[in-house]
Amino acid sequence: MISQIFLTPFSEFEFMRRALAAVIALALGGGPIGVFLMLRRMSLVGDAMAHAILPGAAVGFLLSGLNLFAMTTGGLVAGFAVALLAGLVSRSTGVKEDASLATFYLASLALGVTIVSVKGTNIDLLHVLFGNILAMDDPTLLLVAVNATITLLVLAVIYRPLVIESVDPLFLRTVSRAGAPAHLVFLALIVINLVSGFQALGTLLAVGLMILPAGIARFWSRDITPMICIAVASAIASGYIGLVLSFQTRIPSGPAIILVAAGLYLGSVLFGRIGGVVPQLFPRRHLEA
Amino acid sequence: MTAQLTFEDVTLGYDRHPAVHHLSGAVDAGALLAVVGPNGAGKSTLFRGVVGLLKPLAGRIVTPGLGPRTIAYLPQIADIDRSFPISVIDFVSTGLWRATGIFGGIGAAARKAIAQAIAVVGLTGFENRGIGTLSGGQMQRLLFARVLLQDARVIVLDEPFNAMDAKTQADLLALVAHWHAEGRTVLAALHDMEMVRAHFPQTLLLAREAVAWGATSEVLTAENLLAARRMCEAFDDTAGTCAPEHRPSRAA
Repeated sequence: MISQIFLTPFSEFEFMRRALAAVIALALGGGPIGVFLMLRRMSLVGDAMAHAILPGAAVGFLLSGLNLFAMTTGGLVAGFAVALLAGLVSRSTGVKEDASLATFYLASLALGVTIVSVKGTNIDLLHVLFGNILAMDDPTLLLVAVNATITLLVLAVIYRPLVIESVDPLFLRTVSRAGAPAHLVFLALIVINLVSGFQALGTLLAVGLMILPAGIARFWSRDITPMICIAVASAIASGYIGLVLSFQTRIPSGPAIILVAAGLYLGSVLFGRIGGVVPQLFPRRHLEA
Repeated sequence: MTAQLTFEDVTLGYDRHPAVHHLSGAVDAGALLAVVGPNGAGKSTLFRGVVGLLKPLAGRIVTPGLGPRTIAYLPQIADIDRSFPISVIDFVSTGLWRATGIFGGIGAAARKAIAQAIAVVGLTGFENRGIGTLSGGQMQRLLFARVLLQDARVIVLDEPFNAMDAKTQADLLALVAHWHAEGRTVLAALHDMEMVRAHFPQTLLLAREAVAWGATSEVLTAENLLAARRMCEAFDDTAGTCAPEHRPSRAA
């Protein structure tokens, strides 16, 4: 009975196996990125970026269909254009950076939706906005996996400056020039993971598989390394349970995955070892030293 | 004695407003120099200039024989994100940046050096604690451990002894004295005049401009301190451009 619910969908249907592979790849790349987004207080920047890259990804999509390379390139161009324009405006006019970023990402989102709906079909628009993880073809799956691999390799290279820049930026600037390039590379990694996420979860939810697992992780660890592992594990768990849920019910796959992640988050808020509500209500006796 | 650090008519500031105004002078190699002055006198700004965080608006800071980014800097605790989940040992090990760079490994010798630095500042046993769980005094010990690992010829300490108990202060002062004995050049921004008189042979009294600079006993006089307090006027938004002839003239 239990194996029928949890295993049969994957043993019987190839599209479910592909979806599971895709969601694992997304979790491996997005988990660590999400942890850094949270620790650098950029959670909402990730969300804004997801919307900002839509026109670029849409142009790539329309030029060459569901070609992840074209969509990634377009997304990178649009993402950096918005980030740079927002920075430029705030630096030259004194408008706060979050305000100008909000303006630019909304304009960018409107432009993206316009491009898709004028040039594409309604199905295209739905596909871009909500994704469809159950329709992973070979090239798409391969590129999601490539993006996850690139993310992990590049993150390993910039890990040290990224951590030091988050905790003590002045110190990093006194020993190295690596801080600013590391930040830019990190932004690029956000974009490629968002584009991967577009396939599975769509523009609106792509950032969800990064941010929610990171939020879960902070309730279970005080150190960044276990935090990243917990984030990846809970992202994989959300993806797996979400796919099962979507298979057995009529809930679409993207929302199902994010809803499961939200459920895990809620559980962590309540029962998390670090700062959870319930452990705070029933504190154990204090220690001797 | 050769100069380790020379200020050539240096002006440092933000948005064209000077926080350090036309400072000239030299710090000898191996000097132990206290930088004192009221709040807003430009002590932190001066240090940011020295370690290269801030480019001078005018003039230059010359550091003969030192490569770029080789001065050890102890920032104020407020500049550090203490909520970041990093352990004591990982934080201290960043002091080895010059040896490891972005991607270099940390070998057995480096591990030994890290353990030793942690032991010297008295944090042994705290290696795996998150920095968020440390008290203010322990946090300051942590920063000293990182400076220790940096093994730099010039060390710049921004208010290193703020708000700490007598024991911590004595331990860390001993470390500063040890650096001095090793021939390193040490600059420290301080507020405790008794400490400066007792432990720092040289003093720069700063109030945007140098009020006095030299042997501590000659600098820390009542008249000089009063003058420094008066000279620390507010940041004036309507201030005119500083003309070259306003420069305090100095004998060539």
